[in-house]
Amino acid sequence: MALPDILFYVFAALTLLCGVLVVANPFSRNPVTSAMFLVLTIISMAGLFVLLHAFFLAAVQVLVYAGAVMVLFLFVIMLLDLKEEERRKIKKLGLIAGLVSIGAIFGIFAKSVLQTKPVANVPVPTVEGATIPLGKLLFANYLLPFEIVSLLLLVAMVGVILLSKKDLR
Amino acid sequence: MNVGLEHYLIVSAALFALGLLGVIVRRNLLVIYMSLELMLNSANLALVSFSRFNDNLDGQVMVFFIITVAAAEVAVGLALIVALYRKRQTAHVEDLTTMKL
Repeated sequence: MALPDILFYVFAALTLLCGVLVVANPFSRNPVTSAMFLVLTIISMAGLFVLLHAFFLAAVQVLVYAGAVMVLFLFVIMLLDLKEEERRKIKKLGLIAGLVSIGAIFGIFAKSVLQTKPVANVPVPTVEGATIPLGKLLFANYLLPFEIVSLLLLVAMVGVILLSKKDLR
Repeated sequence: MNVGLEHYLIVSAALFALGLLGVIVRRNLLVIYMSLELMLNSANLALVSFSRFNDNLDGQVMVFFIITVAAAEVAVGLALIVALYRKRQTAHVEDLTTMKL
């Protein structure tokens, strides 16, 4: 097996393991633990992005998700000062329903992926997610969505400031 | 066996299923929110792998937009959670059943 393949299995296992620990950590129900494992999930997913030659997106993933978004999460968790969920029982019925439904969804996904006939002699992928081609595409073909997203960020900022005001009416 | 598109798609599907499980099973608003992030990330992984194996950069631009929108969404959602917590002193969905008949 070549090195990228081994790295794929390492990063995929790490991503899924940390993902499980985000959702169902057997040792701690503390939201801070979940947030920390979410950071690990995102960083190992950035590793998968590098294996897919999406270098710019890997950097953005680490900077924006593991940096900004998770800091925001941790800030809110600590601001709210949530006590550990005083060991509330997870409902049996909810657990069974959840497991059945995600099992069904994963089964559908996996079956449809595996049943798809692979195209004969796939050309070796050549696309490189470096910054320059991505930037050219973003500012040429996707200029309007880019501007709309900037407007969206402005709206979100105004909304958040309004929501955080002391006397919310 | 060479690692191909289907391997990445399986990982992405598993991650999506994990996020969905978190949304269904967990009862803490913040953990539910983190599970939503997990689901968004699994979509990102699928888009990047499609982009790689279809020789087309459009998927990566889409991921770029998803990351931006997710950041805005997290900011607004967390502000809502904080406002809710100030009113009700809880971040637990079982205590927030006022709309239940």
